[in-house]
Amino acid sequence: MKKILIADDEHKIIMTLEYAFKKAGYEVFIARDGSEVLELLKTEVPDVILLDIMMPNIDGYTTLTEIKKNKNLAKTKVIFLSAKTGEADIKKGLDLGADDYITKPYSIKKLTERVEELLNDK
Amino acid sequence: MNNPYVYALSLAVYCSAWTYYGSIGVAANQGLEYMAIYIGPIIIIPAWIYINTKIIRISRVNKISSIADFISLRYGNSRSLSALIALVCMFAIIPYIGLQIKAISETFHLVTETGQSDNIFFDSATYVVLIIALFSSYYGTKYVDASEKRLGIISAVAVESFLKLIFFVILGIFVVYGVFNGFEDIYTQASKLPDFAAKNSFNGLEGSFNWFLMSMLSMSAIFLLPRQFHTAIIENRKEKHIKTAIWLFPLYLLIFNFFVFPIAWGGKILFFGQDVNPELYSILIPQKFGNIFISTLVFFGGLSACISMIIISSISLSIMLSNNIIIPYGWLDEFKSKTETDNTKSIVNIRKVSIFLLIISGFIFYKYLILGKSLYSIGLVSFVLIAQLGPSFFGAIFWRRGTYAGSVTGIIVGVLICFFGLIFPSFSESFLQSSLYQNEFFNFFKIPYLSPIAQIFFWSMFANSALFTIISANTVSNYRERNYAELYVDIDDYIQNHENAYIWKGTANISDIQKILVQFLGVKKTEQALKIFNLKYKITNDSDTADSRFIKFSENLLSGRIGTASAKILIEGVTKEDKISLPEVLKILEESKENISLNKQLSEQSHQLIKLSNELQNVNENLLEKDQQKDEFLDSVAHELRTPITAIRATSEILLDDEDMPPELKKDFLENIISESDRLSEIINDILYLDKLETGTISLNIKENNIIQTFRKALKPLLHLFDQRHLHHSEVHLLENDIFEYDEPRMIQVFQNILGNALKFTNDQGMIQTKFQEKDDQLKISIFNTGKTIPEEDLEFIFDKFYQSKNQNLRKPVGSGLGLAICKKIMVAQKGDIEVKNKEIGVTFEIFLPITNNESVQNADDQNIKEI
Repeated sequence: MKKILIADDEHKIIMTLEYAFKKAGYEVFIARDGSEVLELLKTEVPDVILLDIMMPNIDGYTTLTEIKKNKNLAKTKVIFLSAKTGEADIKKGLDLGADDYITKPYSIKKLTERVEELLNDK
Repeated sequence: MNNPYVYALSLAVYCSAWTYYGSIGVAANQGLEYMAIYIGPIIIIPAWIYINTKIIRISRVNKISSIADFISLRYGNSRSLSALIALVCMFAIIPYIGLQIKAISETFHLVTETGQSDNIFFDSATYVVLIIALFSSYYGTKYVDASEKRLGIISAVAVESFLKLIFFVILGIFVVYGVFNGFEDIYTQASKLPDFAAKNSFNGLEGSFNWFLMSMLSMSAIFLLPRQFHTAIIENRKEKHIKTAIWLFPLYLLIFNFFVFPIAWGGKILFFGQDVNPELYSILIPQKFGNIFISTLVFFGGLSACISMIIISSISLSIMLSNNIIIPYGWLDEFKSKTETDNTKSIVNIRKVSIFLLIISGFIFYKYLILGKSLYSIGLVSFVLIAQLGPSFFGAIFWRRGTYAGSVTGIIVGVLICFFGLIFPSFSESFLQSSLYQNEFFNFFKIPYLSPIAQIFFWSMFANSALFTIISANTVSNYRERNYAELYVDIDDYIQNHENAYIWKGTANISDIQKILVQFLGVKKTEQALKIFNLKYKITNDSDTADSRFIKFSENLLSGRIGTASAKILIEGVTKEDKISLPEVLKILEESKENISLNKQLSEQSHQLIKLSNELQNVNENLLEKDQQKDEFLDSVAHELRTPITAIRATSEILLDDEDMPPELKKDFLENIISESDRLSEIINDILYLDKLETGTISLNIKENNIIQTFRKALKPLLHLFDQRHLHHSEVHLLENDIFEYDEPRMIQVFQNILGNALKFTNDQGMIQTKFQEKDDQLKISIFNTGKTIPEEDLEFIFDKFYQSKNQNLRKPVGSGLGLAICKKIMVAQKGDIEVKNKEIGVTFEIFLPITNNESVQNADDQNIKEI
């Protein structure tokens, strides 16, 4: 079973993603901000992380930087999901080593397809 | 010693023996008429601030050293006009000097109780005069440049002016309180005298005309008397000294005049029925009471008045005699062949001899012509003669059209009228009886109610002014007259570079002019002067061609030594001048004026441009900043909108695709869609609302409300949320009065926002406390909640729009992110404020409102009334 970590501070967004990926057969982990993500990653190695950028305490960019330092997570795919749509924001995200950057609002269908694709790439 | 008081006191050289003795005589014989001579100056002196400033500037830039130079330069720098003016001054002033000598001599004999001798060589007064003449000619010619300031002499005159006033006041106090028992005593005793009533009035309308004319006469004298022109204009060191003079000098005259009338009446009482010259009351009264101390003081006071007058008058006359008559009409050729040392010596000697001769002529005049005349009548004749310079003088500074022909004709005719009307009749009884004077033509002009002097003053001035105006208007001035007319009338425009305003065209060599300068200034001073000239006009080349500026500059260098007219003649001798047409003069002047004002305008404009460009840069920076802020705002708005849309879109997509969703979950999802839609419209509403608050399109409805009730209205809908989370809310009231002025719906909005915020951040079972109090004349409402504090670095940004979305360290509250920004805007719009502070165990929002209750409005009104 593939593991997916969903990090967002918007409860209603989490609800949809949780529902969709559970249905698609993933084991879903939830985090409400960057620090919860890093806490979870101490014990879990998800296959993919959906990371919001604008989160309390530790933002998405910083979280990714931390993730990249963790050798255990070398194979974990990270996708930014953000309402920040500026070119500079996207570039920054990809430069930090994200596998994709998807702007909000997105299609759930396309998002799941993109996750599948990434996981099959390896 | 270079101070305004010396300047103001030196002007009191106006008060000569005439004031000291003559006024008392007039007051005794004619009554109030004596005052006219002082009222005139007192009335016109305030105008000095304008008129004398102008004259001083003109004189300074043209190196003018006498009134003859001043008038003649304006009418084309005419040698003949300057000589005519010098002559008029001499005719007017020599008898006046004689009058001073008469006063010295008479009082000298009176105080020493000696008799006058008919043989002048046995008369001790003769030797007193000789000493004064020698002293004056020695000290009065210290500088060869007559436009130089004579600080020593002027300071001495100032000291003398001070002493003569003090001595006169001592005499006044002695007469009023020593001889009599105060002013009342003099009044009571004098009122019994037969002519008391007549001499204490203006004698009706006829007398008033006399009085008016006498005031006009003295008004012109204060400008035109050579000694006044000398002290007020030539010896002025700073223009601002005039400011002191215009109050100090009139005050001086008033103090002097205060005791004249009591002394005159005191004398009349004491010497009633005796044949005593009232002009000598001031010495006779103390003598009668054996007070030799006071009679001697008075003698010395009078003596200093006389000496000051003699010295200053003879210096100013000698400058005119040498610079306007002797040098231009006889000595110029002599100078050309001599060296500087010889020439300087000759000039100084001419002046020395002039001063000596002038004083001696005054003495002779006194001895042989005016022995029996009163001081007053001679003084007035002098005034009338000097007044003939008035039309040309005032025309020079105020009227561009005045011409040489008008000026000369006016002065000559005016002086002739004085001679035939005043001077001949007073010396020759037979002249009065002659058929010429008695015929009907003259009878036509007689004005029976005017005194002879007032009549002649009137007619001479009438003829003089009329001829000056009419002839000037009908003659064309030459270019030089027109040049100076512009320079005089508009001196303020040319003061900075007056040499540029001098118009001259022709061929001239600097070396030729330099030779002449060397003959008067010497090699060293000439070189110095040329260096200054080159520096001033930034001339670097060695061209030998002299331009108009150099011609004027050289004329100025010579003017002080030999007079303006002679300077012109000398320079003309070595240059070849082309005639310039009048229109050309005006064109050049206009250009030079335009250049000056253009320069001024340009520098002003460039200043303004710099200022403007700075302002533009600021505005631009502001705009850029605003633009960036707007971009950021739009970004934030987009971000804030995308978040609920993302939720709505994802939820709808799931609902659409997944038909077997459990009903419970389906319901949750649908509710999410509704609440996120509400959130969207809330954001949009808040953005629009904030925009309205910012642009001021929302009008506040500020009126009296009860703040506690308003707060409760805001609190009520939130109470169930408090209960749900087991939060404790309390209120603390410290107000005496609950009524304040504000917009109630907006305040409810603010309260709900802050309370809502508090609700979100208060830990469960925490507490919220609201405190109402008055502090520093403001209503202060503090809303405190326990819970997490706000990071210090975030405190100042918390009221910014979408603050929460910019700073990820703050947990997002549910809402648009605009709530606190809206609160801030609302409070500021009501002239209040809102602040946030961290406390040990939580956060406090402090809301401020100004107190504008009726009581304070009332107080403000009271204060206004008091101020009114």
